Formats: sequence, structure tokens, C-alpha cells
Amino acid sequence: MDLILSSLDILARWDVVLALLVGSVGGVLIGAIPGVGPAVAIAILLPATFSMDPIVGLTVLLGIYGSSMYGGSIPAILINTPGTAVNALTTYDGYPMTTRGEARRAIALAYSSSFFGGIFSVICLILFAPVLAKIAPMFGSREIFLAALLGIILVITAHRGQTLIAAALACFGVWLNTIGLEPVKYTKRFTFDQSWLSSGVNLIVVVLGLFALSQAFILLQGEDEKVRLTKLRGSFFQGFRELARHPRVAGISATFGVVMGMVPGVGEFTAQFMSYSYAQKSSKRPEDFGHGSSEGLIAAETANNAVPAAAMVPLLALGIPGEALTAMMLSVFYVHNVIPGPALFQNQMDFVVALYIALLILNVMVLVFLLMATNQLIKVVKIPNRFLGMCILVLSFVGVYSLRNSATDCALAAGFGVLGFVLKRLNLPIVPIILGMVLGGIMEVKLRAGMARVKTPFDFIDRPIAMILFLMIILVLALHFLRVWKGYKRKKANQWSTSHASISFATTLYRRRNSLSQARGKKVRAKRSTYYPRSTGKS
Amino acid sequence: MSDDPQANSGYRKAGQILFAIGFTAMAVLLVALLGDQTVWKAKVKFFGQPRFWPAIGVIGMAVFGALHLKTLKRYRFSRYDLREARVWFEAVEYALWFLVYVWVVPIAGYLPVTMVFAPLLTWRLGYRSRKMLWISVIFAVAVVVLFKTMLQVKIPGGLIYEYLPAGMRGFFILNF
Repeated sequence: MDLILSSLDILARWDVVLALLVGSVGGVLIGAIPGVGPAVAIAILLPATFSMDPIVGLTVLLGIYGSSMYGGSIPAILINTPGTAVNALTTYDGYPMTTRGEARRAIALAYSSSFFGGIFSVICLILFAPVLAKIAPMFGSREIFLAALLGIILVITAHRGQTLIAAALACFGVWLNTIGLEPVKYTKRFTFDQSWLSSGVNLIVVVLGLFALSQAFILLQGEDEKVRLTKLRGSFFQGFRELARHPRVAGISATFGVVMGMVPGVGEFTAQFMSYSYAQKSSKRPEDFGHGSSEGLIAAETANNAVPAAAMVPLLALGIPGEALTAMMLSVFYVHNVIPGPALFQNQMDFVVALYIALLILNVMVLVFLLMATNQLIKVVKIPNRFLGMCILVLSFVGVYSLRNSATDCALAAGFGVLGFVLKRLNLPIVPIILGMVLGGIMEVKLRAGMARVKTPFDFIDRPIAMILFLMIILVLALHFLRVWKGYKRKKANQWSTSHASISFATTLYRRRNSLSQARGKKVRAKRSTYYPRSTGKS
Repeated sequence: MSDDPQANSGYRKAGQILFAIGFTAMAVLLVALLGDQTVWKAKVKFFGQPRFWPAIGVIGMAVFGALHLKTLKRYRFSRYDLREARVWFEAVEYALWFLVYVWVVPIAGYLPVTMVFAPLLTWRLGYRSRKMLWISVIFAVAVVVLFKTMLQVKIPGGLIYEYLPAGMRGFFILNF
């Protein structure tokens, strides 16, 4: 109780309340505009928050992070375009409901599910905080290194079908982080004798380039879309009544959100996918999923809103961000000399709980705002895309230039903006670059510290948590390679029947021999070896 | 293999090969420069070597980049790849707009430059209505007032403000 009171004391300031209000309303607005998203907004606002108190700056950013998904559900339901990437699953059931004239019901259900997910996760984590405070000190350098390694492996393997390029881009991030003067031996690394590279490549410059500027370029280069909105009449409170009829789906989805949010590198998409699959499998009407099922909408929205609070756990307890948004927040901590990690949980537990209570209040504020202002809010969807691109370009200048008043930073950010533009055009992942930079830096420091007392390789994993993390890494890798191997076998099995000109004669013979020795091959051989006299139609 | 990126639905195939070749070539070049650009210190443990992490980065880029290149289905360039590369250069135009904006702000001042830049870019994007141009000017003023005047974000005053009368000079340098 004392802990909660002292946490409330931290929050009882006019600037924190204002930050909560600005963060929540701003987050909803940003989420509701397709093509902006919380990453762009946080990247732009990041340098502006450096001059604020840590709790004020973090509250603004947390506000945007926690509330953007509420706003993102509005265009997902009304115009079939997700406001933020994580609202993509909302379109599956939300838009079909709009097409059959149930837009208000869908939006009400999305709001109530999001609210439930958000509140559920915050309460879980406030209750869980004392346990975390006991576990966190058990993490030494070796454990944090292994947790960061696990995080980077999970981020890579989570990009199914793109793991190779995700791994290459994560390594690119690791390399970017090493540019400049090495902090222990003071040797230059990849500076090419350029003085502007000696201080390294700033994370925020890369973030602003890859997220904000690239998005501006995408919008500027694209075309405006005509949007037709449905008018919403009546109250949004009925969503809670409907949500109360599906307590099992809501509860399980929120739990998936909390658990997946805590695992670095996994996040909203996996939580949503698992919740949606569970809801579909356990539903009495699985055929409705994808055609306007209320259970599908509840699963998607509850799971994604349960993630932000849980994602703060690895960040605060271990100093390991699990995704791009928390990686950006990490830089706010560093700027204010608040180092997230086990020590923060031991010494400043009230600060941690204050952040969770801020998230709790934020969810209430967002809900009240949405219940009152949805009809006015939906008009932001009509802002033309190219004009929005111009706005992001102007705002990006504030973010990059205010950092160090450096034109070189701006040129670098523009370069990363073009790289981000190319990656987005090719649908290649950007997040591994950012996490490679952040986790690469953490791994370098922690490995050096951890290896100082290690004599044999086994010493590195002789502590229980280190051993558990090591086994988890092995398990994740084994499961990934198993999946890749199965995919390879499946592809080969499909391939033997289709031969084309580019396949050499020797390859055809080799495949034929393989296929003949397999079960289906035997069946085909048996069929072909049987003599069927040609039917002439004359008996 | 199941890691074939083109197996994914909704994938843009054009340009993939260009990017993969460019990325791998850059990675190989960096691997070649590893010895020249990093140092191997005597009497320092292997994991503490200044070269260790850059090596992980560039070798990882080269190996995974090459494997990604290998998994791409198509190995030949087509005109669609070149068309995609032309689109990439369209982004360079807007990057240049941004850099010109960055270059002019410390000279002509944040507020005046933003008030010119926003409607100019709006015009370039094809908006010709007075309404949109005025909205862009209002947006420019709002951004400057919010960030420079209210939040006191660090953006230096323009050189042009030095020519203002003494009373206004300080006010403009501080707020606009």
C-alpha cells in the first residue's frame, strides 16, 4: 500500500497530468490516421522529451504507445485500413460488420475490448511487480547477455519467411552500433578517418530516418485515397455488455497479450495470432471468423492492448527492449541517467509502479475521450496522404535537428530514410536494425563483463537463470530449424512433379529417382505400370 | 526453403534482387575492410577484442545476405527491377527537399523558412487550392509555435534575425 501511495505521489503533478492528457489524446489521433503510427510519432517527439523530467517524458511516450491502438481500430473498422500495423487483424471482422451496417457495434466492441486488455495487463503487472523485484536481481551480466541474445533470436525468427534477411539486417544494426570510438580501448572502428563518425551513429537519428522520414517518403511518393465514412449514431456503451458475454475469450486473449508482451521480440502480432486462433478453435461458430465475428474482434483488440504494459517488463527489469517502440523509450531513460535494469526494480520500485498506474489512468482517459469524441475524431481519416507526408517531413526536422543542431545528423537521417523507404517498398523488416543496434550494444558490454570471471565455457551457464535462458535459446533455434526443414521437405515434395526448362536433365533424373522411391512415387509407378487398353468407343 | 521471401503473399518481387545484391556486395566490402578499420589488441581476451563485435556484424551481414540472395527465385534482372529502382530515386528527391530545408533554417530562421517550405512542398505535391496552401501555412506556424516557442526545443535562431531591431532580435531568436 505504501508503495502505491508513494507512486501516486510521483504522479500527482500538473505536468504529469498534462503529459497523460496530451499523450492519450495525441496517441488516439495518431493511431486513427492511417500511415502515421506510434513509431513515427514517438521518433519525432523523442528529442523534445529530453528536456522534460523522466516521468513526464516517459508518460507522454507511454501515452502515445498505449493509446494509438485504440485509435487504430477506427479506420480498421470503418474503411478497412488499419490505423497502426497491429490493427490489421481488426479489419478481418471489424470491416465486415461495418458493411452489414453494424459499424457502431464494432467500434463499441473494439473500445471495450481494448480497455479490458489494457486494464487487465496493468493490474496483472502491478500485482506481479513484487515477484519481479525478487527475480530481477538474479540477473547478472551473463543472464542479461543471454536474455538479449534470446531477444534478438526471437525477433529474427518471428519474421517468418524473412528470417535470413531479418538476421542480415539485425547484424547490420549490430555493425552500425560499433561504428566510432570503442569505449574500453579507445580504438577507432569503421570511422574511415572521418571525424563526424568518431562519436558513432546516433540511435535516434537512425530511428527517425527509418521510421519517420521513410514513412514521409512513402506517403509523398504515393497517391491520395478517397475515403467514404459511415456515420455513427447512438451510444458506444453497449460494447461492454457484449464483451461481458464472452469472458473466456477476453480473459484468455488478455493473458496471451501479457505473456507474449513480456517475452522480448515477440509482441503484439504473436499475441493476436494466438488469441485469434484460440478464439476461432473454441468458438461455437468458427465459420463466422473473418466475416464479422464479435469473438474475433474481441480476441484481436484485447490481445494487442494487453501488450504495451507487459512490454515494459523486460525494458524496466532487465534494460532489454523487446521491440522498436520500447527501444526508443530506452534512450529517454539513458538521457536522464535512469538506467533500467535490476537496480531500478530494487531501488526505485515506486517509479516503476508509477509508470504502471500512469498506464491505468491513461486507459480510462482514452476511453472517456473516445466515448465522447469518436464522431469528431473519425474526420482525421480524411487527411490526404501526400499532405500528411509533408507534415511528417516538417515534423521530422524538429526531431533530428533539435538533437545536436547538426546538419550531418540530418543528412544521415535522410540516408536512413531512403533505406527505410526501400525496405518498406520491398516489404522487408526494419525493426531488426533497431533492435540489432540496441541489443548489440547491450550484448557487447555484458559479454565483456560476464567473461571476466569465466574460465571454462560451461561457467558461463552454471547459474540457474543463465542455464534456463541458454536452454530456451537452444529450444527456439531447434524449433526454427525444424520448421525450416519441414518447409524445405514440403517444397521438394511439390517440386518433383513440376519440371521446367531451367532444370537440367541430370537434376530431373535425380528428382525422378527420389520421387520413385517415395510413397507417392510408388503409387504413380504402380499406376503407370498397369496396362489399360485404349478405349475406341467401339465395343 | 520455407525462408523463401517470395513465397509470402503480397510480396513486391521487383527490386528484390537489386537490394539483395547491393546489400551483400556492401557486406563483402565491409568484411574486406575489417582488418583495416578495426584493431586487434595484444593481451586482450578474444571476446573483449575491439574487432570482435564489428566482425560479428559484418560477417553476419555477408553470410545471411548471401543466403537471402541464394533463396531468391529469380537471378536475372528485368525491366521491372529497373522501374522499381527509379521509384527509389523518387524518394531521393524528397530527401533533397529535406536537406535544403535543413540547410536554409539556420540562415533564414525557423519560422520564415517553415512558412515557405510547407506551402512550397504542398504545391509540388500537386495541391493547387488556396485552402490547402493556407492550411499548410497554418500548420507550419503551429509546428514552430508548439516546438520552439512553447516546448523550447533547441533550434538556433536564423542569421537573418541579426538584422532585426534590437528589441525584436532577442524575442525572435528565442521564440521563432
